[in-house]
Amino acid sequence: MDELFGTLFGNTPLSQQIAYLQMELGSAIWETIYSTIVATFFSYVIGLPLGVILVTGEKGGVRPLPGWLMKVLNTVVNLLRSVPFLILMVMVIPLSRMIVGTSVGTTASIIPLICAAFPFVARLVEASLRETDKGILEAAQAMGCTPMQIIRKVMLPEALPSLLIGFTTAFITILSYGAMSGAIGGGGLGSLAINYGYQRQMYFILYVSVVILVVMVQVFQSLGTHFAVALDRRVTNKRSKSARKAHRGEKAGFQ
Amino acid sequence: MIELKHITKRFPTAEGEFTALNDVSLTIGDGDIFGIVGMSGAGKSTLVRCLNLLERPSEGQVVIDGEDLCAMSTKELTRRRRSISMIFQHFNLLMQRTCLDNICFPMEIAGKKGPEVKKKARELLDIVGLPDKADAYPAQLSGGQKQRIAIARALASDPKILLCDEATSALDPKTTRDILRLIQDINRRLGITVVIITHEMGVIEEICSHVAILDHGVLQETGTVEETFSNPKTEAGRRLVYPDGVVLDQLPTSHVIRIAFNGSSSYEPLIASLAMDCQVKVNILGADTRNVDGKAFGTMLLGLPEDAGERERAIQYIKNQPNVTMEEVHDYHG
Ligand SMILES: Nc1ncnc2c1ncn2[C@@H]1O[C@H](COP(=O)(O)OP(=O)(O)O)[C@@H](O)[C@H]1O
Ligand SMILES: [Mg+2]
Repeated sequence: MDELFGTLFGNTPLSQQIAYLQMELGSAIWETIYSTIVATFFSYVIGLPLGVILVTGEKGGVRPLPGWLMKVLNTVVNLLRSVPFLILMVMVIPLSRMIVGTSVGTTASIIPLICAAFPFVARLVEASLRETDKGILEAAQAMGCTPMQIIRKVMLPEALPSLLIGFTTAFITILSYGAMSGAIGGGGLGSLAINYGYQRQMYFILYVSVVILVVMVQVFQSLGTHFAVALDRRVTNKRSKSARKAHRGEKAGFQ
Repeated sequence: MIELKHITKRFPTAEGEFTALNDVSLTIGDGDIFGIVGMSGAGKSTLVRCLNLLERPSEGQVVIDGEDLCAMSTKELTRRRRSISMIFQHFNLLMQRTCLDNICFPMEIAGKKGPEVKKKARELLDIVGLPDKADAYPAQLSGGQKQRIAIARALASDPKILLCDEATSALDPKTTRDILRLIQDINRRLGITVVIITHEMGVIEEICSHVAILDHGVLQETGTVEETFSNPKTEAGRRLVYPDGVVLDQLPTSHVIRIAFNGSSSYEPLIASLAMDCQVKVNILGADTRNVDGKAFGTMLLGLPEDAGERERAIQYIKNQPNVTMEEVHDYHG
């Protein structure tokens, strides 16, 4: 019996694990949410304009840019997307030191998150904007819209539901990758799971952290999908549309 | 006035350059409803897109009210486009905006603000007959209603010119007629020059005053609708006017005559000289040789052109021929 308990929950008494949880869980949840929000915010600060440029800057786009520049941007995005996150985290340690003064802790772990997520966000935004009906763009041009007006008043608003689905995907991906940065000294639920659950074999804490992460993902996904569908003025048959979009979002992800 | 001067448009393609428009020159008068008709792929859309420089011609000039659009800076052109509205086959409304906000859009981008914008949008909704759809989204409307909203949007910038690219091609015949009426009404009330692109002759017949026939990127003929339709001068024109194309060389025929001549003359020279001496083309509807009183007589049924002047000339010419007699056939059923 004790052996089974030990295998399932670890050798530390449950009461002690619960005591640790009471002490740490609140701040771990907060750190996870905080780092996810901050990282998502900055990923969009960089990734949204970049995604817009990837669409509008290409040949035949609303505001074509020099071909070499587009090549450089695409290559940078692809490069960053192809580096596995764990390696990227190590690679940007000097950058974290430079920006936040340290390479450990929750705030420092946000830097690698942003580095990994903004190219991903750029591609998500690009995919959403590419869905804009060509005819609508043509109409806007015929009406005498400037390129900036087309971006702000046509492309982004028309793609809003799709952008929201992308945002949800980005947020959730950043949330789960933030948990991974617990491995190299980031905070949050990830470090709780790794430091207590894995290294000190307090499996109960491991389960609780993971369950909370799963619940958070479910909640954010439902919220995101709900808003995206509620805001979409295009369709009457909303169910099939949202299902299709959610499915497509799932296929993406950074390394 | 819109003047297209020697417009040529080439597209680079995998198999080299493709010439979509070949030296097209055209003048469209103020207040006209001008139709441009042609088969699918003739280059109509390319031509109309050259009018507001959505497509830049490879050669030639687009002159509107004396100003050459091709010579304008991007900024000037952007402003200029606000006085040239366009409606499309697939409406191209902003799907995430209400109908009212769609109509406000052109005013918004021109920097207009305040309550007048909404007020004007509502007036336009009245003009197109959809005052109750202000807060509806385009997805909730039928095709005809969407096109009405698109027309209201097109009018919001007080345009001088309205370009319609296959604007009724996605609509059923009844709705097509309603939309055409609306466009005609707008043309009369507001004096807006309308350019209608279509592959359907019915649309041209319904409302256009002038027509140009485009085929394989070449302007075949242009003129008033009556003139062009009653007597298409080109092969492409005839193909469009008589889509079921009975006989390719068939000319419109309203009067049929039977002529007879004695064996000494033959009919080919007569037909040829009719065409050469009086520029009248006639259809040979039938010919045979008869034996009358032991003499061979040729008879021939001729279809005369619709144009009264031409017909008269032909009749006079034939009457003046020796050895030829002529009678009108009133009950001819081809
Ligand atoms: N951007 C383009 N690149 C290459 N070919 C084009 C392009 N746009 C149009 N074309 C070609 O030009 C021809 C005329 O097209 P279009 O003007 O759309 O015809 P229509 O409107 O009369 O059906 C077609 O053969 C089409 O394939
Ligand atoms: Mg076309």
